[in-house]
Amino acid sequence: MPLELLAGWGRTAITRTELVEPTRESVANHVRSGNSLIARGLGRGYGDCAVVAGGKTVSTRQLRSLRVDGGSIEVDAGTSLEEVMKFALPQGWFVPVTPGTRFVTVGGAIAADIHGKNHHRDGTFGSHVEWIDLLLASGEIRRLTPGDRLFWATVGGMGLTGIILSARVRMTPVETARMSTVNQQVKNVDALMDMMVRADYEWRYSVAWVDTMATKGSLGRSVLSTGEHATLSDARVKGDPLAYEPRQRLTAPGFVPSGVLNKWSVRAFNEAWFRKAPRKAKKGLESITHFFHPLDGVAEWNRIYGRNGFIQYQVVVPDSHASTVPCMIETFATRQVPVFLAVLKRFGKANDGMLSFPTTGWTLAVDIPAGVDGVAGILDEMDERVVGEGGRIYLAKDSRMNPRHLASMYPRLDEFRSVRDEVDPSRRFMSNLSQRLGL
Amino acid sequence: MIDGLGAVQDVLVVGGSSEIAHAIVAELAVKRRLRRVVLAGRSMDSTVSSMRSLMSDVDVQAMSLDLTKTGSIAATLNAGWGNGFDVVLLTAGVLPDQSRAERDPAVAVDAALVNYVGQLEAGTAAMSKFREQGRGVLVVISSVAVERPRVDNFVYGSGKVGLDYWAIGLADSVDGKAIRILVVRPGMVRTRMSRHLPEAPMTCDPSDVAKAVAKNLVRGPSTVWVPSRLRWVMATLRHLPRPIFRRLSPTGAEPSGNAADPR
Repeated sequence: MPLELLAGWGRTAITRTELVEPTRESVANHVRSGNSLIARGLGRGYGDCAVVAGGKTVSTRQLRSLRVDGGSIEVDAGTSLEEVMKFALPQGWFVPVTPGTRFVTVGGAIAADIHGKNHHRDGTFGSHVEWIDLLLASGEIRRLTPGDRLFWATVGGMGLTGIILSARVRMTPVETARMSTVNQQVKNVDALMDMMVRADYEWRYSVAWVDTMATKGSLGRSVLSTGEHATLSDARVKGDPLAYEPRQRLTAPGFVPSGVLNKWSVRAFNEAWFRKAPRKAKKGLESITHFFHPLDGVAEWNRIYGRNGFIQYQVVVPDSHASTVPCMIETFATRQVPVFLAVLKRFGKANDGMLSFPTTGWTLAVDIPAGVDGVAGILDEMDERVVGEGGRIYLAKDSRMNPRHLASMYPRLDEFRSVRDEVDPSRRFMSNLSQRLGL
Repeated sequence: MIDGLGAVQDVLVVGGSSEIAHAIVAELAVKRRLRRVVLAGRSMDSTVSSMRSLMSDVDVQAMSLDLTKTGSIAATLNAGWGNGFDVVLLTAGVLPDQSRAERDPAVAVDAALVNYVGQLEAGTAAMSKFREQGRGVLVVISSVAVERPRVDNFVYGSGKVGLDYWAIGLADSVDGKAIRILVVRPGMVRTRMSRHLPEAPMTCDPSDVAKAVAKNLVRGPSTVWVPSRLRWVMATLRHLPRPIFRRLSPTGAEPSGNAADPR
């Protein structure tokens, strides 16, 4: 069987793996075949979580079916959130949680326990899952509910407990497929954080795009974006209120020389992004795509980083250490790290997922070209601080953390391991991530 | 696993007593992800303990390996492969006394076994494992001596030529991403092996070689010279007319003293 070169969305640390795309009927055969295995959806994990070098990477994309039942959907794991929305939105149902891209699968959403702009209000994707059908290393399919320990090892478990085949997910009722929004420039990070704490109470969705290249009085200047689902009483909603037609206008060129994104080009882009936003709070009516998935407008945008690829660094720090956020932004600014749009977001309470990332506090996510000198050391310093403050790194994004921080960042790691050992004692399920971190 | 920023966790060194290897390991340790270093060679115990004292958080182990005992090398490597290596360094090398090597077949063959055949066996075994595990970087320490034979070291150079030729061909046969070959051609390096010789122009330190390896480990050219300007110097020397090149080489002066043997 020929092996394919495969990496994560950041296109770093490419390895060879046997990529298979089984049907529901044949997937168990792969589990019985004896190789190391990991499931892969649409490959939007930034680092090395959905590939296993020298083993079998099992694409779930043949596992696609979907039906709406009451306020929930029963959906196969390989179905993308785009497919879910296209099907369910016209019927008045929206996904309970969406990340910044609609091109993730339901299986991946559960395995990474993804969050969105509504985490402070609605929690993670896993919090809306009623059951999971999980294919175990033994070949057995087990239906897990939130009362099972294995359920909470699987939610956020990075695919290491088995292959998620399908799930039942509670949806959010909406009257329209539009968002009633308010966007505004914020002059610096201190003002931003004050506003975001207040926005938590007022808005279901909130997020800020931060220009980490700006310095001095403009340190952490940003664009704060808040929103609610528009209702039918909103006079601005015209035409079919539930129409949802996401489009991709552009495709990134196939070859981009490394270094196109450098501190100058990134600074210019961030400047333009900031200026484009309204100076004072401005109400608007936006499409789902415009509000939630702006980057999806450019297909394969990850290629703009060139062949060196990029990493995403996403951490959460608890409220008690909120001052770490401006310090991190200042570090990026003064060390001139070319960060192309950082995202700042508040998290609500953690759920019962043993390896689930979100926990009350602030989360900052930055994209950094992988070829930039000195980045490794800067991020290592940040890790030390974050781990000392009770924060953690998001495993679905990670491609470089120091494994010795893992147990401090994820205090329920041993519990996860003991549950995993019950269902996969010989460690059939593994990924490059799990091997790198000794997970 | 090699991480997203090119940091390495598990390294196997074939030629475990080589000073260049130690410098490379130290350089790779700078990124603070090193987990396991296995030093393969003859009587590695003291080397292992001194490396352990330098890197307390790294699991340093010895693998008993004699590169002159060809035929058994692959099996030794396979047995010690464990959970795999990100990087395998072929750093063994022996610089025999040139005049002895010209007269004593045993000395010439011994040098060829260490410099070429033994490492060919080790490297071939490592490549099979890399293909199995779907990833890996093979670093081959060649020499500028491969570019043109010189009367004072052509026995040494002949082994390095074999190794270099094999490695360059290998580099072209792999994808260069998941599996990658890095061929390093240093000039004279200040080590035990060359201590007894007069210092040549552009002589460098093991740390210079190590920096070049770390810089080009996961991306960049698959052949590098250390220092890099040697590439152009050698390109010129290679094309010098023979009578002129011979006059540039020290002829009758036989090196004195015993060459160290960093197998």
